[in-house]
Amino acid sequence: MLKVRSSRPVLPGFRLSLGITLFWLSVIVLVPLSAVFAKSATGGWDGFVAAALSERALASYRLTFGAALLGAAINCVFGLIVAWVLVRYDFPGKRALGAAVDLPFALPTAVAGIALTTLYADTGLLGRPLAALGLPVAYQPAGVVLALTFIGLPFVVRTVEPVLAEVAHETEEAATTLGATRLQTMARVIFPTLLPALATGFALAFARGAGEYGSVIFIAGNMPFRSEIAPLLIVTQLEEYDFAGAASIAVVMLLVSVAMLLVLNMLQHWQRRKG
Amino acid sequence: MAHPRHLSEPRLLQLLLIGIALAYLGLMIFLPLGAVLVQALQDGSGAWVAAVTEPDALAAVRLTLLVASIAVPLNLVFGVAASWAISKYEFRGKTLLVTLIELPFSVSPVVSGLVFVLLFGAQGWFGEWLASRDIEIIFAVPGLVLATVFVTFPFVARQLIPLMTMQGREEEEAALSLGASGWQTFWRVTLPNIRFGVLYGVLLCNARAMGEFGAVSVVSGHIRGETNTMPLQVEVLYNEYNFVAAFAVASLLAGLALVTLLLKSFLEWRHGDELAARH
Repeated sequence: MLKVRSSRPVLPGFRLSLGITLFWLSVIVLVPLSAVFAKSATGGWDGFVAAALSERALASYRLTFGAALLGAAINCVFGLIVAWVLVRYDFPGKRALGAAVDLPFALPTAVAGIALTTLYADTGLLGRPLAALGLPVAYQPAGVVLALTFIGLPFVVRTVEPVLAEVAHETEEAATTLGATRLQTMARVIFPTLLPALATGFALAFARGAGEYGSVIFIAGNMPFRSEIAPLLIVTQLEEYDFAGAASIAVVMLLVSVAMLLVLNMLQHWQRRKG
Repeated sequence: MAHPRHLSEPRLLQLLLIGIALAYLGLMIFLPLGAVLVQALQDGSGAWVAAVTEPDALAAVRLTLLVASIAVPLNLVFGVAASWAISKYEFRGKTLLVTLIELPFSVSPVVSGLVFVLLFGAQGWFGEWLASRDIEIIFAVPGLVLATVFVTFPFVARQLIPLMTMQGREEEEAALSLGASGWQTFWRVTLPNIRFGVLYGVLLCNARAMGEFGAVSVVSGHIRGETNTMPLQVEVLYNEYNFVAAFAVASLLAGLALVTLLLKSFLEWRHGDELAARH
């Protein structure tokens, strides 16, 4: 056995491929990201806290993370329905509908931003009736939620779809045979199987939404303390040459990104254990 | 595969759920897409043609193509190399490496641009050194390329890593034992096996590269005709209340998105097996 193994050819290229990988990763990702941490520390701990936790910054985090959570939650509800419909039912136009789900991945965010703003402004197709009802969307925090809902739309659908497709008929059959109603089967048998995928989709949509910039700035109105997202505050401080301030807020955003990566890794383990 | 009828919901509930799904996607996807086209053509096709052939718009198209044509191949080479190392060998720290490769996906685009301003901007780490040698990175094409490479960094790699891991290394080892060289093995054995995965990754990478807004916005400086990519040109025109022109350029980008989705669906439909390990 050992002899056979030693006669197997050694696949070349390990050092070259790993070398390219580590070099490129360092040059493009690791060194640049470390520059943010270094810059945020130039004003000392007090300087960092003053910039990263100023009233204006805190207001922007509340809006950014709150709207991202809300957008992800909306997508959990509707994404689950869309995934369910795409996997379980047959109807004309289903293939096109399935492909359209990915549009927010493919459509440049600036295009999404101006399109949503035009629709939901007070003069727009949907904005006019909504404003008449006393529910203005554009240039309000609600506009941020709308943009982040658009951006996060594909995530829940795409994570739930494959899991839903693999729920074994036998499991449902068994539940039905044992006397469960259809609703009970859906809630007690199918839904728990989907939960890890649903949570993963939620986390992905949240992570994407929290960092989103392009689609939001057109529709948000960008009023400090009210409708200003954290990424925009970074841009504003950069334009005022407050590099340490911009870097401090960026550090907070990066820490949230890293935390979300850890959460997503944990969710993946959960999903694998369940699967 | 049809779902057994007795394990499905009453017809009425089915119709209701389909209705909700259609309404949601109609509201969130089709309506915004339609709005772009309607706005772009509201003054007729003549105005649309004039808007997209105007010198600044053409300059933006050229710049977008230039940036993507540099950034995408760079990430293609990186993606193939990274997938080769990660899928064909065992080594310590592999999980960490995969996580770090995916990191740019969860970084805000604005931060992705900021990092390069902090490195190469006038007040950055290398700012003085670059200025003394008259090398422009920020507010110039190299900065746009760097920011684009950063945001599209994981696309090809994350497509190929699961695919190549699933394929293993037996075919390559067979080729080697028959006397093929390393490069011959790669070109004749590995590449044909992963070509649709590569295509798929490049497609998504390119769509993001051409459509990126936040990251390039921070490093561009918004110099008309010089450092404005198409998405930035859309912003500039929109902020000048030149809505027809803004939506005309936006409609080109929407067209790019639709072509991307079409090709993507075609690849999934026609070559789904060869992309199978996508998730």
